[in-house]
Amino acid sequence: MHRLLAVLAKEFIQMRRDRLTFAMMVGIPIMQLLLFGFAINTDPKHLPTAVVSAESSEFSRRLISAMSNSDYFDLQPAPPTIDAARQMLERGDVLFLLRIPAQFSRDLVRGQRPQLLIEIDATDPVASGNAMAALSALVDQAIATELKGPLSGLAARAGPIELRVQRRYNPEGITQFNIVPGLMGVILTMTLIMQTGLAIARERERGTMENLLAMPARPLEIMIGKLVPYILVAYIQVTVILSAAHFVFGVPILGSIPLLLLCVLAFVIANLSVGLLFSTLAKNQMQAMQMTFFFFLPSILLSGFMFPFRGMPGWAQNIGEVLPLTHFLRIVRGILLKVNGPADVWPNLWPLLVFTLVVVALGAKRFRKTLD
Amino acid sequence: MTDYVIDVRGLTKSFGDKLVVDGLDLRVERGAIYGFLGPNGSGKTTSIRMLCGLLTPDAGSGTCLGLDVLRDSATIKQQVGYMTQKFSWWEDLTIEENLRFAARMHQLREPRKVVGETLERLGLTSRRRQLAGSLSGGWKQRLALAACLLHQPRLLLLDEPTAGVDPKARRDFWAEIHALARNGLTVLVSTHYMDEAERCHRLAYIAYGKLLAEGTPEDILAQVGLRTFSLTGAPPDAVGELGRLAGVEQVVPFGLRLHVSGSKADLLEASLRAYAATHRISFESVESSLEDAFIALMRGGESL
Ligand SMILES: Nc1ncnc2c1ncn2[C@@H]1O[C@H](COP(=O)(O)OP(=O)(O)OP(=O)(O)O)[C@@H](O)[C@H]1O
Ligand SMILES: [Mg+2]
Repeated sequence: MHRLLAVLAKEFIQMRRDRLTFAMMVGIPIMQLLLFGFAINTDPKHLPTAVVSAESSEFSRRLISAMSNSDYFDLQPAPPTIDAARQMLERGDVLFLLRIPAQFSRDLVRGQRPQLLIEIDATDPVASGNAMAALSALVDQAIATELKGPLSGLAARAGPIELRVQRRYNPEGITQFNIVPGLMGVILTMTLIMQTGLAIARERERGTMENLLAMPARPLEIMIGKLVPYILVAYIQVTVILSAAHFVFGVPILGSIPLLLLCVLAFVIANLSVGLLFSTLAKNQMQAMQMTFFFFLPSILLSGFMFPFRGMPGWAQNIGEVLPLTHFLRIVRGILLKVNGPADVWPNLWPLLVFTLVVVALGAKRFRKTLD
Repeated sequence: MTDYVIDVRGLTKSFGDKLVVDGLDLRVERGAIYGFLGPNGSGKTTSIRMLCGLLTPDAGSGTCLGLDVLRDSATIKQQVGYMTQKFSWWEDLTIEENLRFAARMHQLREPRKVVGETLERLGLTSRRRQLAGSLSGGWKQRLALAACLLHQPRLLLLDEPTAGVDPKARRDFWAEIHALARNGLTVLVSTHYMDEAERCHRLAYIAYGKLLAEGTPEDILAQVGLRTFSLTGAPPDAVGELGRLAGVEQVVPFGLRLHVSGSKADLLEASLRAYAATHRISFESVESSLEDAFIALMRGGESL
């Protein structure tokens, strides 16, 4: 016990003295939060749009006013000619160009399926995806209002634009509510595995490991003494992320915070055990770093953080089910957004515990071996 | 019965398929300063690590401080002070924090007091808040020695403790080692310095993992049985020519002189006499140095 405390004290002093690393451990979550929360927006709104209307009808007026009421479009002053409008699109002043041809309303009423032209700056397909879906919905609405009464028979026919709102098939549609809690798991995974891996590899690289092992301490005392400080770091990160998520991004915290913090502990220990296992395999800090990324990439790609989990092929889902991050994401989203209780969380908590048990067993076995 | 602090037989260790220590037998008496010599990569560090339980031998058995080297490594660690070849204290901790950490790891009763006394004795009290990494080589070595003496070990294992340390600091270091040994501490020290080897009570010389010679410095000289002649008047470029003479095994320049040695004394002397007849040189018999003896041993080891 005495020796465990001695190792703990040493680790805390070293951590405090390595200011840059400590700053990174608190700074990385803040930076990532801001990036993912503000900058990387996969559902961009207020896209600059121009409308060139060759007729001034009830329909065109209705469509334009519907578009300016929508969050997605930022209507620019109507360009005088079609050439001027094209130039705006070319220069990137607008992302959308909607053209309503002459006699559109007349042809529509006659059932001649007139064309409504939409030109999109598709250099970033992601940026325009949702706006496109929104636009076709607006058009359909405007058409439906136009074709009332005796003309409703026409409305039943296929409209000029296919109505497809992709969002409906993407229930885990990526929004900040979804990303920010997920980011907590991603950040914990990265910093914990990397820092513990580095901390032990550093001792080996600098030759201080030999000294540590030559002292009369049990491997368990050294291991626990080295890992516990990172639990504290993890809780600092969780506090930062949760506060920012709630107060900056307005992510609701609907479930129980103590339950969440308890699940965080299970997840943190799972990651620390991975870091420990890696550090027993790595000969130096560089290798520890590489192994971290080896584990980190599948974690963000296959856990449901990047892509909707159910949308992945079966083999990818199988890999995902093994990863701690997958389960932690479900737990966090469940608790924060769906008010999950202990019973709801359990199906994702036990895989974390099993994972930890297996990895700790492997790590402890290797750790004893590294005396050689 | 003699009291052996280290008494091991047949210690063997390989890394992969590379045999690094090959059947090492070692006996060190209580209170002895035992020198451990051998060329780079001969397995000195590996042997020392096996003695203090950092490495598990592949084969062999024996005791260290009366404890079984294979089974009792945990207890051995409590009673051994091991100074590693490379400075292995934490450079991002201060001098005081390093000492305190060592004191707490060894579960000393009054870590604060022991650390304070040690700092005082080292003359580092005023610099105790300095990071260990900012110390010069000589001070690092003093700190490392002090730190592994904190828990009053009964056996000190020093792995090249004076590499890169100035002559004055080395002399002080050895004075302290001798003082400790007089108080009954046993010291096993590896070194590449011949003057240090001469200060040891006994020596072991290993090469390629094998023990080639063991005994007092005089014993070793006698075992190797080398004859050495000092030549005067030979031009410096005669080294190659002399080296090809029958019976000559080593030619080493010593200032303006050349030391020529070989184990077959008669053959060597005859060759030199013939060479002196045709060249303007004179030669006289001198005592072989330990260095000559070790180089001869190493050559012999190569052909094993
Ligand atoms: N952990 C290890 N893994 C693989 N090979 C090793 C290991 N430790 C030592 N060796 C090899 O064993 C041989 C002996 O090394 P050792 O450090 O014992 O030599 P040494 O006598 O202390 O040398 P030096 O005088 O240079 O310190 C070397 O060839 C070294 O490369
Ligand atoms: Mg060595």
